[in-house]
Amino acid sequence: MTYSFPEEVLEHVFSFLTSQNDRNAASLVCRTWYEMERWCRKRIFVGNCYAVNPRVLIRRFPEVKAVELKGKPHFADFNLVPEGWGGFVYPWIVEFARVYPWLEEIRLKRMVVTDECLEIVSKAFRNFKVLILSSCEGFSTDGLAAVAANCRNLRVLDLRECEVEELSGHWLSHFPDSFTSLESLNIACLSLEVSFSALERLVSRSPNLKTLRLNRTVPLEKISKLLQRAPQLADFGTGAYSAEIRPDVYSSLQEAFSGCKKLKSLSGFWDVVPAYLPAVFSVCSQLTYLNLSYATTQSPDLIKVISQCHNLQRLVVLDYIEDMGLDTVAVTCKDLRELVVFPSDPFVADANVLLTEEGLVSVSQGCSKLQSVLYFCRQMSNSALISISKNRPNLTCFRLCILEPRAPDYLTFEPLDVGFGSIVENCKELTRLSMSGLLTDRVFEYIGKHAKKLDMLSVAFAGDSDLGLHHVLSGCESLRKLEIRDCPFGDKALLANASKLLTMRSLWMSSCFVSFGACKLLGQKMPGLNVEVIDERENLNLLPENAPVEKVYIYRTVSGQRLDMPDFVRIMGKDKNGVYNLSLCDKGL
Amino acid sequence: MSTEDQFGLEITELRLGLPGGGERNVKKRVFLDILGGGDEVDLCGNGGGKNRNMEVAVGWPPVCSYRKRTIIKMYVKVSMDGAPFLRKIDINGFKGYSDFVMALEKLFGLGDECEYIPIYEDNNGDWMLVGFVPWEIFTETCKRLRMKKKVLDGGLQTKNLMRKNEN
Repeated sequence: MTYSFPEEVLEHVFSFLTSQNDRNAASLVCRTWYEMERWCRKRIFVGNCYAVNPRVLIRRFPEVKAVELKGKPHFADFNLVPEGWGGFVYPWIVEFARVYPWLEEIRLKRMVVTDECLEIVSKAFRNFKVLILSSCEGFSTDGLAAVAANCRNLRVLDLRECEVEELSGHWLSHFPDSFTSLESLNIACLSLEVSFSALERLVSRSPNLKTLRLNRTVPLEKISKLLQRAPQLADFGTGAYSAEIRPDVYSSLQEAFSGCKKLKSLSGFWDVVPAYLPAVFSVCSQLTYLNLSYATTQSPDLIKVISQCHNLQRLVVLDYIEDMGLDTVAVTCKDLRELVVFPSDPFVADANVLLTEEGLVSVSQGCSKLQSVLYFCRQMSNSALISISKNRPNLTCFRLCILEPRAPDYLTFEPLDVGFGSIVENCKELTRLSMSGLLTDRVFEYIGKHAKKLDMLSVAFAGDSDLGLHHVLSGCESLRKLEIRDCPFGDKALLANASKLLTMRSLWMSSCFVSFGACKLLGQKMPGLNVEVIDERENLNLLPENAPVEKVYIYRTVSGQRLDMPDFVRIMGKDKNGVYNLSLCDKGL
Repeated sequence: MSTEDQFGLEITELRLGLPGGGERNVKKRVFLDILGGGDEVDLCGNGGGKNRNMEVAVGWPPVCSYRKRTIIKMYVKVSMDGAPFLRKIDINGFKGYSDFVMALEKLFGLGDECEYIPIYEDNNGDWMLVGFVPWEIFTETCKRLRMKKKVLDGGLQTKNLMRKNEN
């Protein structure tokens, strides 16, 4: 007896599958499901833009409405990827413009976006709604002007930490008077002044505006005007939070904030003048997200704000908060899920603030829902890490950066192996881990043994030998992203675990001991991997096969060698026509 | 850094603090205390006192460029041939080489006909011409600066530039 659902029923069922992983799994069931699924998939996520090419994507998914692409490897954030490496979105945009006229959303991370790309986007997609550019570069305010002028139905324009060539602030004035659909505007990363009157008019005619993150140039005195025009805001980022202390400015600011009954997220606060901080007190108890990481103000001022934020779920702050401030967080923010503490003076060895491991231990004790931590500090101990792991076995993301490379347990002077071992052993749901401090191969043994759900691991200045890398590659079943710098890992572990790399998105290794020869061998053995050697030295041909490469970036791909490499990038072990045989690998992506 | 190395030095060293392997920086601090060294004493090639820089590696600590530019002050000392006092400049306060070099010249009251060229010591102890590496890398690896007086003879000038650790 054969069963078959009518297509419409199948399509309806699939419409409830939102996760890409679920859809990928469904498409592997049988040919019918594969065909059905691909015709109705609307949202695409490509975690590595070189894992696949636009043609393959378009061939499989003809009806896409939203695309998300990621380009450069994560370590590009820290200047480890040389300029010109790649991540160009242009070829994608051109194909999308040709085939997806009804595309509505584009989200890009760490990609090179030119003005021409933005112009195409602004003209090719009639119903374009969402543009989110995160850590992107390559465009200027001219590109933004094109988007403003032409995207009639735009809802979201979100520039997160982008490098924009700022030719003028006039681009904002290109939004026509008839444009009223804006829901979210984030221009925090821009440094040039935009016309305030244009901004004010834009806000006034955008009844659906929920998110407004200003840039530093918008003066404090003018914020109240904007807030009065948009009391429905849920997410607000101030500009520079400083002005001469004037009672009239203060009271209108305070009044404006108290009018924002729906405000849940607050950020900005550059150049903060503490006297103006109490103006936000009336909204503190509403806040679920607070970002004070640009507020270079001392702990007492920060505490006054935070002690009123009883409903806070995510806190981002500088180490000016100090242990004392984190004690307040532990007592006040019982709903806290995520804590981020950035360093105020990371290039100086001596502590400029009283922030130690104790602050983190305190929060781990007091905040039972804490799942995600990013913490920069100058000292750590195994006992603190063990306490944290026992307090918070529900941690899913633990990123610790001890500023001095290879710093040992400051109490016992031992490596921090046991401490991090305890983290992976007790926190069984851990999906992301970044380690620092003095670490031997032992910590990798613990990770390989216990970190079964680990998806992403970042390692620096750690380990003793290839055994360390081998433990991780052979033990971490769920590992998809591994990034390593300045570790004594070489060829053996890499070659012994070559097939593991096909189950991962990518592996980055820089300033390690991986040789040219090993990279070539790996590239030859594994047609499904691109083994990119990134090396800016001259006369590489004169180096022996066993010489270590500067950087290697290995990723699985179905599209073979890329064609846009600069001269310092070499894809190893492939012949000139090394394009992978697509028919063998056209499976659920 | 092996335990054996640490214990070898330990025996001969006067120190306050816990016995056992010492953190490298703790030892340096004690040396300076004994000798009464201040900010300008540079025994270990890594600067002394409060504003000591850490071991510098590109991209470490992992703070993204955007945040670095916005929040972090990176003061380095600048000396000038012939000037008795050093000055400090925040290399993170500039977008690139052109406004940085202009600010350097202003710092010392140098005019257009500048007789000085800026050179810097990087994290490897090498003296380099300012402008040699990409700006971002420069901000991360520059440990200190020097305004070097131009020498008339082109050959000598190059030689002077190549000489390490003149200070």
